[in-house]
Amino acid sequence: MAHNNLNLKLKVWRQKNANTTGAFVKYDVNDISDEMSFLEMLDVLNEKLIVTGEEPIAFDHDCREGICGMCSLYIDGKPHGPWQANTTCQLHMRAFKDGDTITIEPWRSNAFPIVKDLTVDRGAFDRIIQAGGYVSVNTGNAVDGNSLPINKDNADASFAAAMCIGCGACVAACKNSSAMLFLSAKVSHLALLPQGEPERKSRVLNMVAQMDKEGFGSCTNTGACEAACPKEISIANIARLNKEYLRAGITAE
Amino acid sequence: MSSNNMFTSSVGKKLVMAFTGIFLVLFLVVHAGLNACIWAMDGGVMFNRAGHFMGSNVVPRILEVGLFFFIFLHIIQGYMLTLQNRSKRAVGYAVNYTKGSKWYSRSMAILGTILLMFFVIHWKHFWIPSRITGVEEIKLPNGVEVHNLYAVMQETFQNIWVVVFYVVSCISLAYHLAHGFQSAFKTIGVHNKRYHAMISCIGYGFAIIIPLAFAMMPISFYLHWVK
Amino acid sequence: MLNAKIPAGKLEEKWVDYKGHCKLVNPANKRKMEVIVVGTGLAGASAAASLGELGYKVKAFCFQDSPRRAHSIAAQGGINAAKNYQNDGDSVFRLFYDTIKGGDYRAREGNVHRLAEVSSNIIDQCVAQGVPFAREYGGLLSNRSFGGTQVQRTFYAAGQTGQQLLIGAYQALERQVALGNVTMYARHEMLDVVKIDGKAKGIIARNLITGELEKHFGYAVLLCTGGYGNVFYLSTNAMGSNVTAAWKAHKQGAYFANPCFTQIHPTCIPVSGDHQSKLTLMSESLRNDGRIWVPKAKGDNRKSIDIPEEERDYYLERRYPAFGNLVPRDVASRAAKERCDAGYGVGTSKQAVYLDFAAAIERYGKTEVSKQGLSNVSHEEIIALGKEVVKEKYGNLFDMYAKITGENPYEVPMRIYPAVHYTMGGLWVDYELQTNVPGLYALGEANFSDHGANRLGASALMQGLADGYFVVPYTLGNNLADEIYNAPIPTSHPAFEAAEKAVADRIKTLKNINGKQSVESFHKRLGKIIWDKCGMARNAEGLKQAIAEVQALKKEFWSDVRIPGEINEFNPELDKANRVADFIELGELMCVDALAREESCGGHFREEYQTPDGEALRDDENFMYVAAWETTGEHEWTLHKEELKYEVIKPSQRNYK
Repeated sequence: MAHNNLNLKLKVWRQKNANTTGAFVKYDVNDISDEMSFLEMLDVLNEKLIVTGEEPIAFDHDCREGICGMCSLYIDGKPHGPWQANTTCQLHMRAFKDGDTITIEPWRSNAFPIVKDLTVDRGAFDRIIQAGGYVSVNTGNAVDGNSLPINKDNADASFAAAMCIGCGACVAACKNSSAMLFLSAKVSHLALLPQGEPERKSRVLNMVAQMDKEGFGSCTNTGACEAACPKEISIANIARLNKEYLRAGITAE
Repeated sequence: MSSNNMFTSSVGKKLVMAFTGIFLVLFLVVHAGLNACIWAMDGGVMFNRAGHFMGSNVVPRILEVGLFFFIFLHIIQGYMLTLQNRSKRAVGYAVNYTKGSKWYSRSMAILGTILLMFFVIHWKHFWIPSRITGVEEIKLPNGVEVHNLYAVMQETFQNIWVVVFYVVSCISLAYHLAHGFQSAFKTIGVHNKRYHAMISCIGYGFAIIIPLAFAMMPISFYLHWVK
Repeated sequence: MLNAKIPAGKLEEKWVDYKGHCKLVNPANKRKMEVIVVGTGLAGASAAASLGELGYKVKAFCFQDSPRRAHSIAAQGGINAAKNYQNDGDSVFRLFYDTIKGGDYRAREGNVHRLAEVSSNIIDQCVAQGVPFAREYGGLLSNRSFGGTQVQRTFYAAGQTGQQLLIGAYQALERQVALGNVTMYARHEMLDVVKIDGKAKGIIARNLITGELEKHFGYAVLLCTGGYGNVFYLSTNAMGSNVTAAWKAHKQGAYFANPCFTQIHPTCIPVSGDHQSKLTLMSESLRNDGRIWVPKAKGDNRKSIDIPEEERDYYLERRYPAFGNLVPRDVASRAAKERCDAGYGVGTSKQAVYLDFAAAIERYGKTEVSKQGLSNVSHEEIIALGKEVVKEKYGNLFDMYAKITGENPYEVPMRIYPAVHYTMGGLWVDYELQTNVPGLYALGEANFSDHGANRLGASALMQGLADGYFVVPYTLGNNLADEIYNAPIPTSHPAFEAAEKAVADRIKTLKNINGKQSVESFHKRLGKIIWDKCGMARNAEGLKQAIAEVQALKKEFWSDVRIPGEINEFNPELDKANRVADFIELGELMCVDALAREESCGGHFREEYQTPDGEALRDDENFMYVAAWETTGEHEWTLHKEELKYEVIKPSQRNYK
């Protein structure tokens, strides 16, 4: 494949830590191969910053293959950048043109406080899972895996919801900073399986309560979360969560 | 969590918005249906009779109390949610994410505010005269004396600015419904693909037909299509 | 000779017998016992959750922002289990046999048989947790084939099996966090093991947000910190995957076993340039349907689709007719390297071979035609139908390939090349997964125990979960039963203070070097040395050079590395420097081990030792042992051998022809 080199201008949010205010800083990056990933482009910039005695830009990343959910940049007004169904680490520089100015911001939500520069703390997601995002089964009690056939459509739908990587793009995309897509993915994943049935009601009620406590906003069904989700988790899951919630609320003792 | 705070959690508040919203949608159907009587071309007889029924029968009067309650709940809850949701992002973005959603889905509060202004003026035009300050009476062919609301409409809609304001409000209503109708059903838990497709179809249809019908009323009077 | 403490008795009764006779800790005592788990991948999360369920007070540590990020999440293909749901002749023995043979007879029979025994429980456990495995229309679990086997025993969840299993374990872990049985320390990195009276009694961890050092006591320390593939710089591991925890344990006296046994995975996306930061795996499951080929003519520069069928060399099918494209990873990788080295490679770099789905697409298309009862179907329609099937099976992998390369793999064959993927070597552990340091355990990829010299596909997930869910809950209790008489040690103990100071001093030293070169640049150079000289093929000459080069690199690192920022703040460059410093030392040991093992087996291919047709030539007489290295000083190690006794299986040359 023929490839091109790009010269780009970056506008990057820099913030020393949670207690300081941040600001945008402009950088020029030159001779960027369009075969590079977006994070590799930032690696190049960081290498330059380190060698010239400046502090490199802090950003979260780990697997760099779109599955761990650690990378989290808000690029040119979209979580994970311009490509659809994609994570930042899988975004490649082919997506940009020579001379482009790229604005890079962290996830913005009170529930995701900034750690440094573009790195945020997403511990709220773990606490939401702790509120009920599991099946209460101890190790060693399981019956044979095939003793309970599961309708393939439900199994597939459950899997589609379980594909959530917990990156927080839904929160970043939502004008209300709502975590409903994340929450609903977990509620749907478990509600669609017979194993999740016994705790179905308490799960949804407790997880919603925890979400509210963490300081996320509420869902107004704009669909921005679904559009930004790197795993294309359907907003239909939010409707399913609402149904589960209504059912649990009405039938609660 | 107990059932006590079922309607006060973030999802619960949305349920309140959805249920009141659906009630208001039903109200719009009734309202539009009644007002359509102006096109009976009978000089307002049928319209005034319908108006009289709504004003004098006990059932609509009770529903009216509920309607006011739900309208206020919808408005207050809507504003509170908007303010709360805004407060969840203390530092905003330099570049906003606009591609993932429709502008009107993000602008429900603004559209709602236009509608609130509309309601105030609309009540002043019709509801307050009819219920409080009094309206000129007219005798129906069957001898019953009723408020001549038809005449009030005729008079009100001679002012071009009033007509323009009504039409703008109807456009706001259209967009408010375009999002609100289907959103309400999502909020009450309709997730099934088939039903959802059906509801969005009906929702868009509704969002066009009802506001269009309403908008045609001032226009019809202004242009003297109905006399 | 090292004693692995394998229970006596018949192979299939060892584990049952062990479980029946091991010592127990009563529930009241468990509540008083703190246990430290480092790492929250499949092994760590499952161990922390299971031990929490049992009632131990668990402290779990991970360097990522959440336990759900651990790199187990990236495993694509599947997890093996001897369920025999397909009625195709699978059994515990066959899984055991395949694993031993796949590992080129360098794994312990006792451990591997136990692994095969508990494999079924893992599937049951995961299903009970709500892991959405792929299912058939009848609602039952689906299976597929993986390399090195002739049965279908691999359970999967599309191309995201690792993710689903990890989320299952993560959820179990978070449940225990909610119940107060596990305390989670995310963004914490273990920087030393604290030993008191020869036993591991705690760790020094660094809070990566604030940079502060913390002392944590535990009756036992479980290292579940994964493998060391990132020593090569470019690998399919996550950027953060590191050897630091295991290396610190090694420096505290734990033996490091078989470090030269590294797995090079045959199907990865080739390197595109110097900027490359990591490599991406294309799941082995693709070899179920994809056919691997190169042009028959050297230096053929035509486009792949312009090369006619008769001018393509399906070299795996040619060389290994019995297993074809599904030969084990080490064999497939070496075969690709052989073709590329001989000048048949494709793509701009000529360091790639084709993985072609055209035949599979057509085959599936035809199946769909008959399934749907269609008639008069054109070739194009057959292909379109076939693409749909392939999309359902491998869609996410194809999409990933397209994003990275900019090519459409539905239309043109993928270009692939081997890349570092997994490390069979690791901390030496006995049957109980305990290292030679009492109280210090290693689970999952961090230990060396189950895969010999080569791991079969879909076995890593199996081992991680087996260790965490089903092995360590028993073996830990057996050892902690005697510890109940010992009171917890306060972290004000001099040993903790000394360890903390040593860690702080080392960090200060690193920071104060204030040289000119970035950590990353050193890591890259290390990776190149190890890849070139201790990669897919090794020889004595190269290894000797590599040792000298790594030693020189270490010196340069400690005199010229530049770490920006401060110590007491969030400083990813400092974290990386700590890790790369350890990788450099490990890199040397890998070469030392590779040099000492004068035979070829599994992933360790010494060019001097091969059969006439280029297969690995083992030397069972002299090297049928585990090489466990003890650190004895700067650049010095002592070799301890654990003899491998095969009581049931008779080692022979691996034959996949």
